[in-house]
Amino acid sequence: MASGAQSGRRGWRYRSNVAARVVTGSLGAYAVAALLAIALARTLPMARVEAVTVATLLAFLAAPAVTIWAFLARGPWRAVAGVVVVALPLAAIAWMAGSPV
Amino acid sequence: MSAVREGARQVMAWLHGWTGLLLGWVLFVMCFAGTLSVFKPEIGRWMRPEAAATAEPVAAIAAAGNWLSRNAPDATGWYLSVPDRRMNTVEASYDSGGAFLYRALDPVSGAPVARETLGGEFFYRLHFELELPFPWGRMLASLAAAFMLVALITGIIAHRRIFRDFFTFRTGKGQRSWLDGHNALGVLALPFHLMITFTGLITLASLSMPWGISAAYGDDVAAMYREQIPGIAERAATGVKAPLAPLAPMLHEAQRRFGGAAVGRVYVINPGDSAAVVTVYRADSGQIGYTPAEISFDGATGRVLAAWTEKRPAIQTYNVLYGLHMGRFAPSLTRWLYFLGGAMLTLAIATGLVLWIVKRRERAPLSLANRVLERLNAGVLAGVPLGCIAYLLANRLLPLDMVDRSAGEVSAALWTAGIALAIGAVLPSRLAWPLLLGLVAAGCAIAPLFVPLGQGDAAILIGNLMLLGVAAALLPLVWRQIRRPSVPVSRRTARVPA
Repeated sequence: MASGAQSGRRGWRYRSNVAARVVTGSLGAYAVAALLAIALARTLPMARVEAVTVATLLAFLAAPAVTIWAFLARGPWRAVAGVVVVALPLAAIAWMAGSPV
Repeated sequence: MSAVREGARQVMAWLHGWTGLLLGWVLFVMCFAGTLSVFKPEIGRWMRPEAAATAEPVAAIAAAGNWLSRNAPDATGWYLSVPDRRMNTVEASYDSGGAFLYRALDPVSGAPVARETLGGEFFYRLHFELELPFPWGRMLASLAAAFMLVALITGIIAHRRIFRDFFTFRTGKGQRSWLDGHNALGVLALPFHLMITFTGLITLASLSMPWGISAAYGDDVAAMYREQIPGIAERAATGVKAPLAPLAPMLHEAQRRFGGAAVGRVYVINPGDSAAVVTVYRADSGQIGYTPAEISFDGATGRVLAAWTEKRPAIQTYNVLYGLHMGRFAPSLTRWLYFLGGAMLTLAIATGLVLWIVKRRERAPLSLANRVLERLNAGVLAGVPLGCIAYLLANRLLPLDMVDRSAGEVSAALWTAGIALAIGAVLPSRLAWPLLLGLVAAGCAIAPLFVPLGQGDAAILIGNLMLLGVAAALLPLVWRQIRRPSVPVSRRTARVPA
């Protein structure tokens, strides 16, 4: 990958680098998108069906952005940390807003 | 050197390759079937040459309602599409004795037309359900669409000279030619590719991204649908029988409320029950936005229960994105552009999958995994079109009075594709490719021959011309492969003394 490519594509460093980014870019991206959808669906100041619609559409824009970023970040740990840094406040907002039901 | 650093470009190229490869064949099936679905009504007409009758939409729905009242009174629902300029029959989905049926109903008599077939509905369902049970087909399709979106974005970032490559095509140079072709197909219709992938992804949002819905509605998903489409009146069956009121006055009333716009779909829920509901939807062909207006009637009395015209910005945004994917709004030129864009995306996927192998073959002998991929490529990329041709041929050849005829057509498609996969796996790809593509060409050339004499409208004629065009386009390709059966070896490796 970005920095590991020179050191060959077989070593455990390269493989763990790829594995970390694949997990971050797939499950991490989906988690961020889902948390964004939940947080926005509960907080956007509009009728709830509209809030859900806007939230879901934006989630589909967020997911690929996180995926790309997970692979462009300078190191695998930065990729993981970046996702956590974005996901935590979203989770906090979603939790604090609570379910309107 | 542009803004993106070279290392990042390589990473993006790597990700482009893997996201394209992993679900590449699924994406190929989806794009192939989706492209054909652009002409879903016309394919239906091609496959039902005997059904030439036409009637006014209101009369056709009334006839369909009469026939269904007599033949499917106990259905939980009739889902009817109204005939229009593109489709003369009423397409009806309904359940009967536990089985879910799909029939094209004659617009005059209301009875199913001869030559029972799914028509274009087969390709439409294949496009996002992949012949897999609910919800797995749609889940897989959603996942593949997500991969496609990432593959498109990474493809753009990895691409050095989008504009210049667009005018570059170097023939007969192995990997370089495949790459040029892949780039041109991808770049030429890039806005379409991005639009169709993103809008496709959101059509299945309630399945693939349900978290916003459950965050706001908890387990009461039905409440979300009630608020999303307020013109639907939902109520449980009472179990008390009551005849269905005439549909024609309801359709006239709906049309009046739609400001004269055409009626697109008519859903009758619990027909024959005293709590029956008839929901009439405005046609999707009058505007880009999907589900622009709907109105529900009490099935027993014809009284209006609910009516709604969509004006909420968020919902309308979603409906427009949905409508952009469905392309039902498209007038004929735009429809052909949808078809062309879809065909280019399908070919971009196919060339990308071939490129994966060609690139590795020119560098070193293929690994076992890549040899498997090479053979799967031939089986899928030629086998899926072959299965679709078999579907069309079965439509012409199966006896008209066959029981479960439409299922027979689908079986012909699936078995043929399965056999093609097996041929691709067994034969070396230099034999499998010309054999399978030759069969596709032969099938395309033969299918137009079976038109029942004296019956042929524009859809049949244009369909036949397109089939012949595909056959003509494939012939030189097959001929080249037969004349030069060996795998084209790149000049670089060829020059190296053994």
